Amino acid sequence: MVARGLRDAGFEVIYSGLRQTPEQIVEAAIQEDVDVIGLSVLSGAHLTLFEKIMGLLKKKKVKDVLVTGGGIIPNEDKEMLRKWGVGEVFGPGTPLEDIVKYIRKNVRRDLT
Amino acid sequence: MIPTQQAVLDGDKMAMARLMTLVENDDPKGLDLLRKLFKHTGKARIIGITGPPGVGKSTLVFKVAQAFRKMGKKVGIVAVDPTSPFTGGALLGDRVRMQDLSTDEGVFIRSMGNRGYFGGLARRTGEVVDILDAAGMDIVIVETIGTGQAEVDVVRTVHTCCVVLVPGFGDEVQTFKAGILEIGDIFVVNKADKGADKVVMELRAMLDLAVDRDKDAWVPPIVKTAATTGEGVDELIKAMDGHCGHIKGSGRLRLKAVEKAMRDMDLLLGEKFMAGFMKKKGMRERFEAAAKKVANRKTDPRTAVERLTG
Repeated sequence: MVARGLRDAGFEVIYSGLRQTPEQIVEAAIQEDVDVIGLSVLSGAHLTLFEKIMGLLKKKKVKDVLVTGGGIIPNEDKEMLRKWGVGEVFGPGTPLEDIVKYIRKNVRRDLT
Repeated sequence: MIPTQQAVLDGDKMAMARLMTLVENDDPKGLDLLRKLFKHTGKARIIGITGPPGVGKSTLVFKVAQAFRKMGKKVGIVAVDPTSPFTGGALLGDRVRMQDLSTDEGVFIRSMGNRGYFGGLARRTGEVVDILDAAGMDIVIVETIGTGQAEVDVVRTVHTCCVVLVPGFGDEVQTFKAGILEIGDIFVVNKADKGADKVVMELRAMLDLAVDRDKDAWVPPIVKTAATTGEGVDELIKAMDGHCGHIKGSGRLRLKAVEKAMRDMDLLLGEKFMAGFMKKKGMRERFEAAAKKVANRKTDPRTAVERLTG
């Protein structure tokens, strides 16, 4: 749903499939040279997943990639995510325009 | 960060990926680096996979790539998907079928939206292939958009072109007519577990009818596969190797290299003249005014273009 919505907003969306490991996600992000990583986490494992991904990005020296996501994430966890450098995470039912607006505003990559 | 030439030549994935982005965006700095890298290209074997949507191209690419990995080859993959002509957005989903290769050191996968370019590839697919080549990939696999018609562009970009079909496409003969008979060096009948014999027979007959051949010309083999189980993939690799040997032996490889150069230069020439033309003072306005005249039937398109260029 979000992928389709972003496409319709003019983004090139690389859909990597369900149940990806953090390693696969980060590797795909590197090879595709993306501006944004968007994670959909409904399993409750968001903290582990985001932590691993942020750690891997750092280890691989990937800079400036906006990491965001969606799912059911309690407020106290959001605080933690923010500390790790994760951007906004969106709850269920967030209007797509909000996500698009947020991404447009927060992509800050200088390619050259 | 502009990647360094050395980093790309060393196969540094972040450098390769960034250069691809720059080239795709026609960034002058990226294009400069591409010029320098060009002399390091021409070593990789380039394989195309084309065919209608839903025939299992991505899964097949994945299996073929896996097979080449087992032989110790480094594999680059470029997968092209359509860009929406209305929004400029694209949903690039070929990677889903290949994610198991994502973390393999010897594999690099890149998705591309065609961004309004027709012919089954993206405008800069040739350049992305060059980057993978320069970065030391032994094999580069190009997966086209799945329209199944007139994807002739891929022929001029790859050494070996595989056309993928499936049984039960309704009027099979119709599929075969659509210009894909001529572009296949190898025909793959995928999902062969669903009864491929009829398609193979018809295809064989059509091929014999459609293509005029010299005695020593390459006869496209037809390979039955079931990509999901991996059945037939070894035979497909053998057929690919066979074709590779054939074009090397017959001098076709040189010709192919010239064809690819012509494809890339054709494109650039068109772009350069178009850009130069539109840059002329007031041209955009004149162009639009002429289009309105054509729409009102005050003039016709050919006359209008002659006046603009005259």
